[in-house]
Amino acid sequence: MKQYEFLPHTADTKIRAYGKTLEKAFENTAYAMADVITDHTKIKPDVEKTIKVSSENKEALLYDFLEQFLILLDSEGFILNKVKEMKIEDNKLSARIIGDDKPENYDIKTHIKAVTYQEMFIKKEKDKFVIQVIFDI
Amino acid sequence: MADNEMKKISDIIWEIPKTGKMNVPTRIFASEALLEKMKQDRTLEQGKNVACLPGIYKHAIILPDGHEGYGFPIGGVAALDYEKGGISPGGIGYDINCGVRLLRTNLKKEDIYLKIKELLESLFKHTPAGLGSSNIRVDKDVLEQVLNKGARWAVENGYGNKDDLENCEENGSMSTADASAVSDQAKKRGMKQLATLGSGNHFLEVQYVDKIFDKEVAEAFGITEEGQVTLMIHCGSRGLGHQVCSDYLREMEKTLPDIVAKMPDKELVYAPAGHELCNRYLKAMSAAANFAWCNRHIIGHQSRLAFDEIFPNAKLDTVYDVAHNIAKVEEHDIDGKLKKVYMHRKGATRAFGPGRKEIPKKYQKVGQPIILPGSMGTASYILVGTEQGMKASFGSTAHGAGRTMSRHQALKQWRGESLKKELEQKNIFVRSASWKGIAEEAPGAYKDVDEVVEVSHKANIGNKVARLKPIGVIKG
Repeated sequence: MKQYEFLPHTADTKIRAYGKTLEKAFENTAYAMADVITDHTKIKPDVEKTIKVSSENKEALLYDFLEQFLILLDSEGFILNKVKEMKIEDNKLSARIIGDDKPENYDIKTHIKAVTYQEMFIKKEKDKFVIQVIFDI
Repeated sequence: MADNEMKKISDIIWEIPKTGKMNVPTRIFASEALLEKMKQDRTLEQGKNVACLPGIYKHAIILPDGHEGYGFPIGGVAALDYEKGGISPGGIGYDINCGVRLLRTNLKKEDIYLKIKELLESLFKHTPAGLGSSNIRVDKDVLEQVLNKGARWAVENGYGNKDDLENCEENGSMSTADASAVSDQAKKRGMKQLATLGSGNHFLEVQYVDKIFDKEVAEAFGITEEGQVTLMIHCGSRGLGHQVCSDYLREMEKTLPDIVAKMPDKELVYAPAGHELCNRYLKAMSAAANFAWCNRHIIGHQSRLAFDEIFPNAKLDTVYDVAHNIAKVEEHDIDGKLKKVYMHRKGATRAFGPGRKEIPKKYQKVGQPIILPGSMGTASYILVGTEQGMKASFGSTAHGAGRTMSRHQALKQWRGESLKKELEQKNIFVRSASWKGIAEEAPGAYKDVDEVVEVSHKANIGNKVARLKPIGVIKG
């Protein structure tokens, strides 16, 4: 199963991510988002952080989770390499995230302004979860 | 949308009549070709959704560069009553007070070409682009002063001058701002970003006056001859503004579920006039707008230093600075009565005509300068606000070219390195933090800015004064 893919969108970036579990699909959404900014597989795993988010429903949880990466990038220069130990229960999420806080060492493609609700969905299909998000660039 | 839903008012004005939940019709300023492009995405549907907002006057408006956005389309304008309407963050956008500042110089294009690469390096050094952090470190207390005072803070602290303030929308400082309405996480995002360009379509561009269309008005704006060099700054409120928009969209979603339920689109949520959240969002949005004005003001100052290193006799004066993502309290003549409204302009520029008290004294006679940036490597324009535009579009016009191709597609089609060479053959030099950034912003991925300007001019909502062509671009 592919982790994620980019779909056509005129002004911004639309992605679809997949996962056998909801956790895996959330994790792959984070990788798709990181891939908009830079090749995340090349980021050194030097810094580790914990993310905890609690929201009113699944879509809001996804929005709030992804927004954490924008806050961390702007305030601490953090760019993602890997998500570990993701847990989602009752619209509460916790995860450990690993990456680097020296963005100047990497080839940056572009920055993301915001996560949006536009055309967002989280679907359970027969054997997998599918997530769609558009990022405002 | 079916073609039979659309009413033709003139060659460049179209109307979607009021149906269903719409409170007013939706009006579109576009040529047939531009209208065709709008039909390719959800622009027109989003324009209809805007017409469903409460207290909306006359019509929801889509400008010629309109394209699909979040909640409102980009290029969307709406006037909501001050008491029966409200404010919708989706009618302003994530990049609060994204806008453009234009400075004129005493240099000619021949002077510049000889040293353009050195000048670009100097500009790049003075103004961080991409993910680069600010050269100016501020703590939370100082940041709060910036949010409350806007560009006034900059002048008080030795950046730029009073003339810059006079030649700026709102004089660079909205009095409705209150830093205490901005969350700590928004402040954290903005802390290292004061006077930085950011990325996406933001740029700093050295240009020359290619053609003057209206000599008298151009002279009023200090544009005296063809070949004169200008500098254009296009950026916004950075992560701070994005977070303010996001914080308030989420808070409105949580506290006003009944409104979310009745709107055709979640991101069209609004805080009703008189509601505490409406007042608080206005304070926070104004603070973010002040941050953006302070950014462009200091980038103007840094650019003076950069020019000075290469051209010691250069003099740079601000022509004007306009916001193109903002809401304001304004008064408009609506069917013969003066009404106070929450004016929303998203991807739209204020285009006030002669006599309006909000514009600088020296421009009162001719109308305000409107600065309309093209895409990287294409022309930009100076337009002027008109009396006619006050009635036709609440004193608003387009804000730029608008994309027609996805960034992903652009990356497939162009490579940064070869695009840079191609532009150099046309005597346009690019300095960027990233090659991919250049490819994503390829001129071919944008609508034809000339056509957007023609519609504005023909509709008499923003008339042509001068065309500017790029010499060197710092791409964010």
